[in-house]
This record gives sequence, structure tokens and C-alpha cells, in this order.
Amino acid sequence: MLQKNDTAPNFTLYATPDKEISLADMKGKNVILAFYPADWSPVCSDQMALYNETLKYFEKHDAEIFGISVDSKWCHQAFTESRNLHFNLLADFEPKGAISKAYGAYDEKEGQSKRALFVINKEGVIEWSFVSPNEENPGADGILEALENMNK
Amino acid sequence: MSLHPEVNKKDHIKGDSSANLEIVEFGDFQCGHCGAAHPVVEKIIKQFGNQVTFVFRNFPLSEMHENARGAAKAAEAAAIQGKYWEMHNSIFENQENLQSNDFIAHAEKLGLDIDKFKNDMELTSIAEKIDTDFESGIRSGVNGTPSFFVNGNKFDGDAANLLAVIEGSVA
Repeated sequence: MLQKNDTAPNFTLYATPDKEISLADMKGKNVILAFYPADWSPVCSDQMALYNETLKYFEKHDAEIFGISVDSKWCHQAFTESRNLHFNLLADFEPKGAISKAYGAYDEKEGQSKRALFVINKEGVIEWSFVSPNEENPGADGILEALENMNK
Repeated sequence: MSLHPEVNKKDHIKGDSSANLEIVEFGDFQCGHCGAAHPVVEKIIKQFGNQVTFVFRNFPLSEMHENARGAAKAAEAAAIQGKYWEMHNSIFENQENLQSNDFIAHAEKLGLDIDKFKNDMELTSIAEKIDTDFESGIRSGVNGTPSFFVNGNKFDGDAANLLAVIEGSVA
């Protein structure tokens, strides 16, 4: 898995059925990438639902978060609507898992992204990365700590 | 993962505040798992009340649960009239009814000054208390609700696991 000081590989992925997002377009902004196994995991402990509540804390650090899984753009759209999410979920769908693999965050056996977090600075360099077990939601504290440490 | 900040005088505390066992729950009044945990927590307090300090901090997932924040405001407004836990219990025991008229009905049953209750629900200080609670949860590594902390450390389990551990440790 990519680590601190590695250059974050660029990507262009669908966020909605008619919108693509590139990491390169985010230069000048801090970026949080949250790779996760799949949409539709159990409700009250859902990682994306949690980040949906912590966006304002990320914004304080001029950081934008993207969720990434191998689910399709249509699946992401339904999940986003169902959970009232206010940030983009990216579809690492075709070729399947290519970006997850580039970040070293792909589980070959399960055929899905690992639960991995990356904080990328305004120059596109990884400042912090973390992987947690598939069934364990890592929360937001590690991300916030990484963002704070960057600005020191 | 440990609790930040520690239990302090802004918290709602139930049980014996000098007890050896301190349990902090981060919860959401609209979360079904929190509703399910409620009677178990009540059982813990009832059985071990003299050995346990119980604290509840708000962790409303407002985007997913549209009435969670309103419910937290109602409980905090009742606290101003000294009836925090009574309102807390009324809300969890009637979790399918979380509209503002439901909170007012609870307040009437509890004998609160209704005008004051309604005004207090909109206080900035209450909004800030809920935000402070939420932020303390984020800082402490809360990743969903309910999350429990025992003596300042995140507890890896649900209310039933907690009851079992307490039964084991104080038996």
C-alpha cells in the first residue's frame, strides 16, 4: 500500500452517471480518499454515513473527501440518494479495481477495495495512509489528526 | 482509543459519580441499535447503580436520522428543568414517535414549563452542547452508534457484552 511521501497516482473515475472526477483537478486542495469494500453495509455503523456527518470538520482543513469502491456509478447513485450523502462516491468499476490496485488497496480474493484511507496534500503527495480490517469502520479521528499534522 | 475530553461537569451523569466503573455511551435517539441498547443500559444502572457512573453523549447522525438532532435538543432542553434522564428515557421508550409534538407531550407528562421547554430547545448553547458531544465522539474514535467507553477506553462490543463484562467484574 502507498505510504507517506509517495506521489498519489492520478485517476479519472465516475462520480455520477454523467460526471467524472480526476485527482489532478484537485490540486490546491487537500484530498481524502476512503476506499471501502462495498455500498450498502449495515446502517448505524456505516463509514460513509459517518463521513457525511464530519464533512464540516474536513472542510476546516480545506479537504475534500471521496469514497471509492468497485461498485458501479448506478449503485453509487442509489446508495448516495438512500443515505443522503453530500460527497462523491467514485466508481472504480472499469477496469475493475484498477485505482484501488494502484494505491495498493485492493483485496484480490474478495474482488473489492480494502478499507483504506489516504490523506493527500495540495501538491498531490500522500501525507498519511491507513488500512483497517474489512469489518472495522476506522472512524474519522485518524483523518483529522493527519490533516492537523500537515498544517503544523 | 480513549475518551476525549474526559467526563466533566457538562456531562449528564447517572449513578454514583465516585464509582470505580465509568461508562460513557455515544448515542443517537433515532438509532435502532441505541434503542435496543437502552433497556440493557437501564438494567446495568439498576443492578450496579452504586458501582457505576453512566454518561450519555449525543452522537446524532443527522443526515441519516432526520429527527435525531431534534430529540437530542429535547433531552437537553429538559435538562435545563432538571429532567434530563426522564426525557432521555421517554424518547428511547417511544422511539417510533420523534416529532416535536411528541417531545412536547413528554414534557407535559414530566410537568415541565412548556413555553420554556420550547424556547430552550432553540438555544444556541444547546446546539453547541450537541456539537461538542459529537466532536468529542469523533475525536475519541466513535465510528457508529451506540459506542461505549469504559473507564475512558473504547469498549469493543454492544450493551449486552458490556452487561456481561460488568457482571463478571463486580461479581
